[in-house]
Amino acid sequence: MTMMKKLLTSAVASAMMASGAQAAISNDTVKIGYLADMSGTYRDLAGPNGLKALEMAIADFGGQVNGAKIEVVSADDRNSPDTSSSTVRRWVENEDVDLVAGMVASSVSIAVSKILEENDRLGIISGSAASSITNEHCTPNHIHYVYDTYPLANGTASAVVKEGGKTWYMLTADYAFGHALEGDVTRVVEANGGEIVGAVRHPFPTQDFSSFILQAQASGADVIGLANAGADTTNAITTASEFGVTQSGQTLAALLLFLTDVHALGAETAQGIQLTTGWYWDMNDDTREWSDRFMEETGVRPTMVHAGIYSSAMQYLKAVEATGSDDAQTVRKQMMDTPINDMFAKNGKIRVDGRMVHDMYLAEVKTPAESKNEWDLYKILRTIPAEESYRPLSESKCKLVNN
Amino acid sequence: MSMIFGVPLAVLSGQLLIGIINGAFYALLSLGLAVIFGLLKIINFAHGAMYMLGAMATVLMFDYLGVNYWAALLLAPLLVGAFGVAIEYFLLRRIAGQDHIYSLLLTFGVALIISGVLVNWFGVSGLRYTMPDVFKGGVNLGFMFMPYYRAWVIVAALVVCFATWFVIEKTKLGAYLRAGTEDSELMQGFGINVPLLISLTYGFGVALAAFAGVLAAPIYSVTPVMGSATLITVFAVVVIGGMGSIGGAIITGILMGVIEGLTKTFYPPASSAVIFLVMVLVLMFRPSGLFGKEA
Repeated sequence: MTMMKKLLTSAVASAMMASGAQAAISNDTVKIGYLADMSGTYRDLAGPNGLKALEMAIADFGGQVNGAKIEVVSADDRNSPDTSSSTVRRWVENEDVDLVAGMVASSVSIAVSKILEENDRLGIISGSAASSITNEHCTPNHIHYVYDTYPLANGTASAVVKEGGKTWYMLTADYAFGHALEGDVTRVVEANGGEIVGAVRHPFPTQDFSSFILQAQASGADVIGLANAGADTTNAITTASEFGVTQSGQTLAALLLFLTDVHALGAETAQGIQLTTGWYWDMNDDTREWSDRFMEETGVRPTMVHAGIYSSAMQYLKAVEATGSDDAQTVRKQMMDTPINDMFAKNGKIRVDGRMVHDMYLAEVKTPAESKNEWDLYKILRTIPAEESYRPLSESKCKLVNN
Repeated sequence: MSMIFGVPLAVLSGQLLIGIINGAFYALLSLGLAVIFGLLKIINFAHGAMYMLGAMATVLMFDYLGVNYWAALLLAPLLVGAFGVAIEYFLLRRIAGQDHIYSLLLTFGVALIISGVLVNWFGVSGLRYTMPDVFKGGVNLGFMFMPYYRAWVIVAALVVCFATWFVIEKTKLGAYLRAGTEDSELMQGFGINVPLLISLTYGFGVALAAFAGVLAAPIYSVTPVMGSATLITVFAVVVIGGMGSIGGAIITGILMGVIEGLTKTFYPPASSAVIFLVMVLVLMFRPSGLFGKEA
């Protein structure tokens, strides 16, 4: 039934476009709901500054599209799928929200995408990590924009193994995201001729990593892989540096590290760590120009998630402008048909499973001597081409992909 | 290499030492809670926030005023202690004598407000604090690499714990304190300023938390939310030791650090739960705690 409805709607929409008639934007308003962790562990990487990035996109559109007003509502997801579900249900059922943007914790994104599918609205996920979001949890109603665990493992783990880090000891956050990342890393390390010699699953969150670092040191592995995020990762890195991990010849590989984490650690502690990122503010004139604007608004440099929120909102609004509609399927199709070329991505492309594929970057944290200011933190070692980065559609378990 | 339950002896000795270090933190924090509960019968849910304030104050005083680590070791507890005195004077005093639940809720609310406001200002990624140069590096003990700073943590925490226990249990000031809270009218009759004594005791208890915060600043990421997780563990330690038992809090703190450390070696996923498991067992078989007096 829903599939039929979707088909009909898009058919009608295309017919209207073909006849040149003005397709409808419901209520003459495009309403965007911004959902993110505004106060907890994941606040800084998206949070209130992500809302600013969204508002920047809307301001660049002059606050309206095809004469229809663009409105924003926002809510704190509290990293809870339950809270988020009831918020989004209210948004789409009572408040005519057309697009849900932001979304950080993977569990939140998976829960929200189901509600969006039931109600045929659109969601663009910019903050989440789990690659399952566009694999077994894919829906025709959401897009995963910035990065996921697949390229994180591909980029960092394969680079480190190729440099001679053959044996790995994993420190893994003991919940879905950590397990997923550990799985992806294991696959990549073994595929490149390396070996996982040990792993410890630590509770989430953990403040004191000294005990786990000691076990990792005793294992004698070449590499200590950190399959965790946020404060867990920064605490583990601080402790590793205190216990002289790098002096003893072991390498640290942080699989998920945001600019805000590295900024909190500082170049002194984090120097030499390799990481994979979807974007960095200091890559070219386009990224720098946009980051300067962002910094004027917020006082900080943007993370890849902030940039992705802006870029995806622009892509969405352009699609609404081109189709004259705010219908989820019409807009999603238009977004998929238009390559993304902006400050965030070159030739980025949204696939049928909702995955936005674009080049990723292998970066290394600069030394204090190389770092010219507090935000001058990465040097880009390698561009990982889009097709090499993400899970190929041929391996997809997504119901929208015919395998 | 000799093994114990499949774990090399060297690794095990390292884990024991780490356990003692973490235990020293628990001891310091639970000591403050025990002092406040033992003498004032206030369940201080703002204790984690005070620990966080101590760490934040260390970082901010260094960034904005250039106050170094040693000065912060003294200044941060003083500042936070003064803040504690203000909380006692303006808020807690108004609900003195009411059921415990009132002070619990009040201090919990205060903690939420403090960390909420600081999250707005500083975010949650953590503030950067560089370890003082004198503590950089460490020494290889053969079975583990011992950072100098961790050794300092044990010494500092144990000295402060012992001094506190000594003052409260063995000096005249401590006797006034214990008597003042036992029968304040009588003590006031003797010319002792009991309300002042109470304010100062609360201030001292939270200053201990702030001191632990200063010790934590160079090794843990300093964020406005760092206190909340620690608080719950520390409460469990106090319950195990016996609410209000000063010496009990210290010994239990170190003991729990060691138990947690061993769990991290043998079965890491249980390491965040093991202290609560011990708490359940203690409450079942010795409800007043290991060192508590039978009610």
